[in-house]
Amino acid sequence: MADVSMRATARASAETSRVLAAFRPRLIGISVLAVLAALAILFYGNPAPVGSRGYWIIAESRMVSVGTILIVAFCHGVGTVVFHAVTNNRILTPSILGFDALYRVIQTALVFFFGAGAVAATDGLFKVVVQSVLMVAFAALLYGWLFSGTHTSLHVLLLVGVVMGMGFASLSTFMQRLLTPSDFDILTARLFGNISVSNVTYLPWGGLVCVVVGVVLWRRRHVLDVVALGRETAISLGVGYRREVLIALTLVAVLISVSTSLVGPMTFLGFVVALLTYQIVGSSEHSRTLPMAVAVGASTLLIAYFILRHVFYAAGLINVIIELVGGLVFLVYLLRKGLR
Amino acid sequence: MITVSNLTKRYGSVHALGPIDLEIPRGGVTALIGPNGAGKSTMLTIIGRLLSGDSGRVEVGDLDVVTSDSRELAKKLAILRQENHFVARLTVRQLVGLGRFPHSQGRMHPHDVDAVDMALEFLDLVHLQDRFLDELSGGQRQRAYVAMVLAQETDYVLLDEPLNNLDMRHAVAMMRQLRRAADELGRTIVVVVHDVNFAAAYADLVVAMVDGRIAHVGSPHEVITPHVLTEVFGTPVDVIQHREHPVAVYYQ
Repeated sequence: MADVSMRATARASAETSRVLAAFRPRLIGISVLAVLAALAILFYGNPAPVGSRGYWIIAESRMVSVGTILIVAFCHGVGTVVFHAVTNNRILTPSILGFDALYRVIQTALVFFFGAGAVAATDGLFKVVVQSVLMVAFAALLYGWLFSGTHTSLHVLLLVGVVMGMGFASLSTFMQRLLTPSDFDILTARLFGNISVSNVTYLPWGGLVCVVVGVVLWRRRHVLDVVALGRETAISLGVGYRREVLIALTLVAVLISVSTSLVGPMTFLGFVVALLTYQIVGSSEHSRTLPMAVAVGASTLLIAYFILRHVFYAAGLINVIIELVGGLVFLVYLLRKGLR
Repeated sequence: MITVSNLTKRYGSVHALGPIDLEIPRGGVTALIGPNGAGKSTMLTIIGRLLSGDSGRVEVGDLDVVTSDSRELAKKLAILRQENHFVARLTVRQLVGLGRFPHSQGRMHPHDVDAVDMALEFLDLVHLQDRFLDELSGGQRQRAYVAMVLAQETDYVLLDEPLNNLDMRHAVAMMRQLRRAADELGRTIVVVVHDVNFAAAYADLVVAMVDGRIAHVGSPHEVITPHVLTEVFGTPVDVIQHREHPVAVYYQ
């Protein structure tokens, strides 16, 4: 009897160390996959003759797509993993705080008040910045308000986020009802996330924000490990829990707003990336999950983009398909694991 | 020494605690006993700075738990609540390693690794150290949390019902290990226990609470008596002598 349990223990230890030791090769393998997919997107099936001016113009425009994908993957992968750590769950994604709905309401209000022409006329870095600032300000206000009260509960925060999201959504629907069909048509095209709508001028700024937020989160990776143990254990270990959660949620808001401003809402991408990351890494230390989330996010999105664009010629559909697959995975996960 | 002076706490209009004045000496095992709702856990949580009192002061060592730097406090005082649910997937060793956070801030030095090894050995977890927590039984998991708290190397360790959900064998083993932590490692252990007989058998000091106030403080022989227990728990309690410890009998 004792012998059996000893052997089971030994097997478990071997299994654990195998999983933990496999981290580095897996990270490298997945990153190589991402690089290959990026190269394939850049150079596969370029119609212009190699080395000509047209060839490089096409490659350059593809470069914008790759850059956008990297930023989006980073924002959603890292954002969701950090969000999971501070909210102590693995099901909710940052969009539950009403980000998608806020984006929709901003876009709809623009068309509603200024007409469809305004949407095209105001496109530019300034609009992206304003949008991001609005979203982060909304999140910071919400968190700040909820965390300053006496009954501070993360669940209340999430619930308020959900309700606000619903409020924004019905506000958008109301305004959309009153639009002319042609305005509505233009607006609808805006509201589906689309990697191809991204603009080259935004990319350096988006990348810069990602780098800064990434560095800050990486320096806090051990603190995040402690915060993930819950409020009471974190305080007992000397971590200012409330402050750390506020910082983390605000940074998540920054990441998600950057991505949403670039390509529009993506509800399930973060969920799928985080789920894959946890499966691949095995344990929950952020020194492992954060880099893995970036690698997994980048390779998933790059491969999907390559296949849809160069194999099926359906690049515009990529978000729809990601949301479809992601939503299915989400449902299956919920049904299998239950609400834990 | 833990000094509680004039501490009160209300939940809305419900009077939960106080005013309480209490001194818990350094070293040894102190047990908090009392009926449900007497304020044992509330007081322990306030001492452990997880909850703030409405008035009064709490000092642990020389540090005021409200105003002191949280990180400095975490090197002196550790608290473990009874419910520890989190979704993070960690091995026993990783969890115990996080107990070193106040000292290492995540960068483990050889000295930190030694402390983790010591805590694992102390709670007999070495053969389980690479298992994930979700693969363990309730008793093993409880031991892992206690190992984390011991690895923190604090002078004062507060435990809220560490015997919850443990069977006889594991409950006895847990109390023995806490007793050893006090005797061999010089820690000051404060536990909330429901079973007064564990307090009688293992504690140096027993604090009995009723209705948010301290009713009796003393050695097990002074507090575990028919008179005191009948008054504190509001049900007839008989006390018999078993070896050198008093044993409360209250089943009929």
